[in-house]
Amino acid sequence: MGTDIASLDTFPKLLMHHALARGARPAIREKDLGIWQTWTWKHFADEVRFLACGLASQGVKRGDHLALVGANRPRFYATMAAAQCLGAIPVPLYQDAVATEMAFPIQNASIAFAYAEDQEQVDKLLEILPQCLSLQKICFDDPRGLRHYAQRELVPYDRLLEAGREDYRRDPAFIESEIAKGSGSDTAAMFFTSGTTGVAKGVVLTYTNLVERSRVVAEWEGITDRDVVLAFMPPAWIGQNIFSYAQPLVAGYCICCPESAETVTTDMREIGPSYYFAPPRVFEALLTQVSVRMDDASALKRALYRTFMRVAQRVGERIMEGKSVGLVERLLYWIGDLVVYGPLRNVLGMSRIRIAYTGGEAIGPDLFVFYRSIGVNLKQLYGSTETSVFVCIQPNDRVKSDTVGPAIPGVELKFTPGRELLIRSPGLFKEYYKNPQATAEAKDAEGWFHTGDAGFVDPDGHLKIIDRAKDVGALTDGTLFAPKYLENKLKFFPHIREAVCFGHGRDQVCAFINIDPDSVGNWAEKRSMAYSGYTDLASRDEVYDLVRDCIERVNADLAGEPEIANSQIHRFLILHKELDADDGELTRTRKVRRRHISEKYDALVQALYSARQSVHVEAQIRYEDGRSGTYSADLKIRDAKVFAPAAGKRAA
Amino acid sequence: MSGRSVGEVTLSVEGVSLAFGGVKALTEVSFDVREHEVRAIIGPNGAGKSSMLNVLNGVYHPQKGKIRFRGNEFTDMDSHEAASLGIARTFQNIALFKGMTVLDNIMTGRNLKMHCGVLQQALWLGPARREELEHRRAAEEIIDFLEIQHVRKTPVGRLPYGLQKRVELGRALAAEPLLLLLDEPMAGMNLEEKQDMCRFVLDVNDHYGTTLVLIEHDMGVVMDISDRVVVLDYGRKIADGVPEEIKNNQKVIDAYLGVAH
Repeated sequence: MGTDIASLDTFPKLLMHHALARGARPAIREKDLGIWQTWTWKHFADEVRFLACGLASQGVKRGDHLALVGANRPRFYATMAAAQCLGAIPVPLYQDAVATEMAFPIQNASIAFAYAEDQEQVDKLLEILPQCLSLQKICFDDPRGLRHYAQRELVPYDRLLEAGREDYRRDPAFIESEIAKGSGSDTAAMFFTSGTTGVAKGVVLTYTNLVERSRVVAEWEGITDRDVVLAFMPPAWIGQNIFSYAQPLVAGYCICCPESAETVTTDMREIGPSYYFAPPRVFEALLTQVSVRMDDASALKRALYRTFMRVAQRVGERIMEGKSVGLVERLLYWIGDLVVYGPLRNVLGMSRIRIAYTGGEAIGPDLFVFYRSIGVNLKQLYGSTETSVFVCIQPNDRVKSDTVGPAIPGVELKFTPGRELLIRSPGLFKEYYKNPQATAEAKDAEGWFHTGDAGFVDPDGHLKIIDRAKDVGALTDGTLFAPKYLENKLKFFPHIREAVCFGHGRDQVCAFINIDPDSVGNWAEKRSMAYSGYTDLASRDEVYDLVRDCIERVNADLAGEPEIANSQIHRFLILHKELDADDGELTRTRKVRRRHISEKYDALVQALYSARQSVHVEAQIRYEDGRSGTYSADLKIRDAKVFAPAAGKRAA
Repeated sequence: MSGRSVGEVTLSVEGVSLAFGGVKALTEVSFDVREHEVRAIIGPNGAGKSSMLNVLNGVYHPQKGKIRFRGNEFTDMDSHEAASLGIARTFQNIALFKGMTVLDNIMTGRNLKMHCGVLQQALWLGPARREELEHRRAAEEIIDFLEIQHVRKTPVGRLPYGLQKRVELGRALAAEPLLLLLDEPMAGMNLEEKQDMCRFVLDVNDHYGTTLVLIEHDMGVVMDISDRVVVLDYGRKIADGVPEEIKNNQKVIDAYLGVAH
């Protein structure tokens, strides 16, 4: 011991350090067979040593790339660390990607070795084997259903681990010397960006990038080895990986893996994480759940909830930030905490949260304020894969809901004349893998990264992001048109799941709406409306009225904001299907692929900008089981009321 | 696709006849089931399929004929005896405890394997505790196997139909049966639920090596997952063979589609 932790510059070195410094403390927990099983740091380190020896015996060597496909599991992260021990580069891939999407990264990085969580992932990899000639070995974790697979490429994880254990016993020095060979400037991992446009690019990040950023933030926020994180987003997303691999290895805190994707809510409640990160849509979904359940509650509970949520909205944030609040309001909030906020935080599994971040996308201000007002210290974070996530974070006592906070230590910001944000930071990626042209476009000679986001820094030094630089447009009268800003306002309503706004180069703004099937379904059920499915529900006049109501409230709100008052939504339609990543309409992280949607549904856009009251659609529908059918119907188009900028009263 | 080996005959039914008063439910039915096999019983409505299943697990006692299971011969056995011999079943109409959780329902399937007395269990004594833990583990393994972790603590009555069927399969599995009788496991399910269920049935057969006898109406399902098929019509066996033969058997086609008289 006695090593200065700041001198440890790679993840394997950090892991071995924690095994000595806090060997008996929990490193990873996973719920298995209904019980939380714990790996201590010592266990984690041993597993990684053995596995690394096993990988070495399979021919994995320095500089090789390894694909990892699976959900958050201790063995997933052990494989990442084991690869890094040998100087190999892990490449996590999205576990919900279809087989063909996996072929590109594997071909691009000539990957020879892959880790697959279970039969589903193995099947996908075997399917693309003929196109991926480099792929030699597939190590699988869960053997269920794979007993009769005879492919010579398959190796069970357990066997690899056993073989590695033997090798390690014979020559323990080998792996230690391999770990010592690594240095901060080596490539730590490669993440393929989801790519809202064009093909995916492999973002190459060094140990220094990830370790330095994680360390700065851990110190800035006071993250310690007593913190606990629940890892439930895809580990192929840097936003998950940095909180469940990089930062725990720097700070020594414990991560917990849920039992399955469906049990996250329960697992969250059981674990009670102290440190939390989720994209806005997770917070949105949680709030929708709360609203739906409150709708079903008894009249007394509904009244209590409404009353105290109003109190929270008035003073909750100020109290959390330690600002002065009158005695009566303080008392009311205290009672509210007892009867509403406390139990609500508990149900959400957020009772122990010290710091919660959201990022990856802009969050609707109302949604954001909701969590803060009930006492969850939710903060916005700005960053991307290329910047090792951390660029801007809202400080604890100075949160402005419409900004993402000031730059954190080490980061420099500046803007192009066209309002595009440029970043220079120690966390900046090395390059796009085998793509010097894209690298040169994104990172200029002086090391500034072109984010593609448009925004500005406000007088307090907080960064405000408006939209993607290329999406920000203008109406014909010159009004600024920021589609995402409008969409986020719409999406705050629990009935609206997704929205796509059009308006650049047009005289008015129109929108596509996706209703939230759970929330609207519940609403319909209460009115005894029978419906056969999403498509049927979405076409009902009652539902159109419901959505129009939401839109008009957004319009009233917009009327109060002079610069964009003219971008109120004039006409809308409810799409006949949910936007889906499998159809290329959303990215894997569920961001709207604007250009693709406007091309695919061009006829609908044309109709919105005509005087027509309906439009005919004929669409290929792909069912979950792979069959396809056609759907044809008339979609209704409805007008929404717009408000004169001055007369607009603020809607609650 | 499957590498499991179908073994020796484990269950044979010889000349079984069953009548309720004047109604002949089964007449001289004989067939056998081999170890690790998926055996389907099909037939039009009222053909005697459920009666046959009820004979196999001792609910009905046939007037004539013998049943031989793993070398032992029975003329009549009761359902408790059948269960202790390793025969479990699921029902056409779900027969779960609606107010109990998924976990508790599956635990009831372990009932026959519990040996500690009420007193020991109530006092949570060493042996009872060990036993409970062991059974809980077995139940959890089934929950994991059937991918129903997210509803572990949910009362069964609140679950959708497809999931209830899966829980019922789980409870039958909890008894670690050698022979599992499934009465229309896919009835009333939508396509996705059916596909899931098919996968679970095949997984059970493959993973636990359980011999399966199932009644099913969906011909696609039957032809896809069974090794051999018995066809009943008006209580008589009219065909017996691999799915390919059954598909082309004129008698079967006639029984299902009717014959012009």
